Amino acid sequence: MADFANPEVVQEEVDILLIGGGMACCGAAYEIMRWAEAAKISSGVDLKIKLVDKAAMDRSGAVAQGLSAINTYIGTEQDPADYARMVSNDLMGITRDDLAYDLGRHVDESVHLFEEWGLPIWKTDENGERHDGAQGMTLLKDGGKPVRSGKWQIMINGESYKWIVAEAAKKALGLDRIQERVFIVHLMNDKNDKGRIAGAAGFSTRDNTIYIYKAKAILLAAGGCVNIFRPRSVGEGTGRAWYPVWNSGSTYSMAAEAGAELTMMENRFVPARFKDGYGPVGAWFLLFKAQATNAFGEVYMVKNKELLNDYPPYGQAAVPASCLRNHLMLKEMQEGRGPIWMDTVTALAKMRETLSPREVKHLEAEAWEDFLDMCVGQCGIWVGENIEPEKKNSELMPTEPYLLGSHSGCCGIWTSGPDDLGAPTDEALPGVPEHLPRGWNWGYRGMTTVKGLFTAGDGVGASGHKFSSGSHAEGRLAAKAMVKYCLDNKDLKVEIDESPEQIAEAIWKPVRNYLEFKDYTTAIDVNPNYITPKMLQFRLQKIMDEYVAGVATYYKTNSVMLEVAEQKLEMLKEDAQKMRAKDLHELLRAWENYHRILTAEAHMKHIQFRQESRYPGFYYRMDKNFVDEENWHCFVNSIYDKTTKKWTCFKRAHVDLVDKSKLFKAAAH
Amino acid sequence: MPTYVRTDKCDGCKGQDKTACMYICPHDLMKLDKDGSETGHAMRAFNQEPEQCWECYSCVKICPQQAIEARHYADIVPLGGQVQPLRGSDSIMWTIKFRNGTLKRFKFPIRTTPEGSIDPYGGKPQADMAKITGPGFFNHMEMNGYRAGNPAELIRK
Repeated sequence: MADFANPEVVQEEVDILLIGGGMACCGAAYEIMRWAEAAKISSGVDLKIKLVDKAAMDRSGAVAQGLSAINTYIGTEQDPADYARMVSNDLMGITRDDLAYDLGRHVDESVHLFEEWGLPIWKTDENGERHDGAQGMTLLKDGGKPVRSGKWQIMINGESYKWIVAEAAKKALGLDRIQERVFIVHLMNDKNDKGRIAGAAGFSTRDNTIYIYKAKAILLAAGGCVNIFRPRSVGEGTGRAWYPVWNSGSTYSMAAEAGAELTMMENRFVPARFKDGYGPVGAWFLLFKAQATNAFGEVYMVKNKELLNDYPPYGQAAVPASCLRNHLMLKEMQEGRGPIWMDTVTALAKMRETLSPREVKHLEAEAWEDFLDMCVGQCGIWVGENIEPEKKNSELMPTEPYLLGSHSGCCGIWTSGPDDLGAPTDEALPGVPEHLPRGWNWGYRGMTTVKGLFTAGDGVGASGHKFSSGSHAEGRLAAKAMVKYCLDNKDLKVEIDESPEQIAEAIWKPVRNYLEFKDYTTAIDVNPNYITPKMLQFRLQKIMDEYVAGVATYYKTNSVMLEVAEQKLEMLKEDAQKMRAKDLHELLRAWENYHRILTAEAHMKHIQFRQESRYPGFYYRMDKNFVDEENWHCFVNSIYDKTTKKWTCFKRAHVDLVDKSKLFKAAAH
Repeated sequence: MPTYVRTDKCDGCKGQDKTACMYICPHDLMKLDKDGSETGHAMRAFNQEPEQCWECYSCVKICPQQAIEARHYADIVPLGGQVQPLRGSDSIMWTIKFRNGTLKRFKFPIRTTPEGSIDPYGGKPQADMAKITGPGFFNHMEMNGYRAGNPAELIRK
């Protein structure tokens, strides 16, 4: 019988393994079974498929709590090229048009499914009045008109968004193909081809079991990365991260260790949100037309608009990049004109002028639902501080930095794109390591530079703005390509390059550290032989906050600070080998934090390599405080060597596949 | 703390192996104290790492006894407010109590179909293996959602 000191090791062989249970893997689960069935009929191949989630699919991933909007819906009036343009400009010009365009042409197929499955989507009637999604109006797929809270966003009653999407995914897969509460922590390569994936391993957070999966193809879609920077709230409020606190960088770190090329890991997202609760601002700006001001009621986007001219052409688009909007806000804060207010009082008063009492009541409910659907914690602040938005304004604040590839961020894994959009097939810049593919597509949509390893959602770098719906669609694209990969490699036999004993020992090391040394001291948490995952996380957050442009320095760093961080992170990485786990819950935290360290290190190395400040408002290299279009309008990519534990950064050329000049007003002088 | 479990309401999900809150918490925070050795309350669940709670309310919504509530982050929020849902099969009802006693109630739809009723491939076409490369999902255009785009926009093709 297995116990904490002697875990059971279960080995299983599958063709396709899906790691994660969020929107991307739910999309993959839905799409893959249809192709697997067709493959069985046409070529007699019976693909064995499994999905592994560290939580429960009904409420896992970034959409666990729900959402009040679907942020990517193209509709009939916009072109995928418009979408690719918007993504590009918001991310300061360096994104992969092939990936964004491809997502744009597919994403509505998933949104229409969500509505068919039961997600209530708000509609606008012929008089322009808004209706919530339970009122039997025409479906989107039949021409129903959504309520646009922005050019790309549509409003929903989304408390059960994830629950609904997970139901479809679970039914498509069947429960015997799903393993919940198993945390995959490590990927293995093929013994005969180090550039190929061969399996993944992790452990159950419920019993003392280690799982080792051998797999031909793996979809790694385990979210972005939260809590590598010291958060603004460090007590109980630590948990109130803007992005889900359980997204621990597993996608980036496991991919890097498996040899996959990362891209744009210098990019980060610093959302400006309602202070402390981190409630969404989109509906307030776009639907309720509220304005944000400094302490004295001055609208900083107007007052500081000249600053946008420092960053041509990105500052001159109709909607300036997210980072630049932060840049204009930060000027007010740094010069002592905070706090920043969201003027909810004026916005709601203006709307009341033209509305009937019934509509006013509906408006109030809409304002609350915006938080209740996706960020109840913000309501907690409103009730605690007696804030009724029609009577009292709320503060805004830029948060601690987050790393992700699906929201307004574009860090992630370098991924094979579609081959029908005119993407480059060769590399124009020198310095790309020999073994890596040239061009932007190498056979399978969604595949990383490691053969058989695919990604989606937050995993796919250099795109961004896919959000919940786009992540689902991207998971579906990867699923289809994985089936093709398996059919093309029917006779491939992968062999894991590590023994089961080695894998098990590595996974269980924090437990061993604990059991070996726990009786050396009287206080369980203070022991020279091990470090608790919690303290290790504090150390990581302190380093990142103070040296790598966290909130402590107003997002500023320089090459010397980065060198200091580099040394401290190396020692932290060494000490990670001494993490302890006193129970399975702490083993989960130990591995999450190991993933965080590698992700943080990638972030730091990329910022160090890029000799400019590409994202003013998100971070500043004060020794290179400019955007250098001539030398740095390019991707920064990297690979990690798990043996030497060293990173190699290099450039890849950027190319536009759609014309970006349509975005910009005539340059201001 | 974020979420807390009321001793007078929690029944440990009647001694089942796992409780509803343990099943659902995305961050593995809820734990059943079987013998009371950790909390002094045997057969009750508790939030084992409150400073890691996202206040996502998954446990609050799923608890069959409505035994779980939230006391918002003590390092941020003044005491006295409460935001409590009652999640049904097609809608959710929120009761919102302010520190100053003001009360608000809201009810929002959560889904338009009965829970468990999704038939994922009902009426959907089979996948066509001839189309496994190139754009489009297995049910290409069945949902009228594929946006082909104006080819003239692609400047390198």
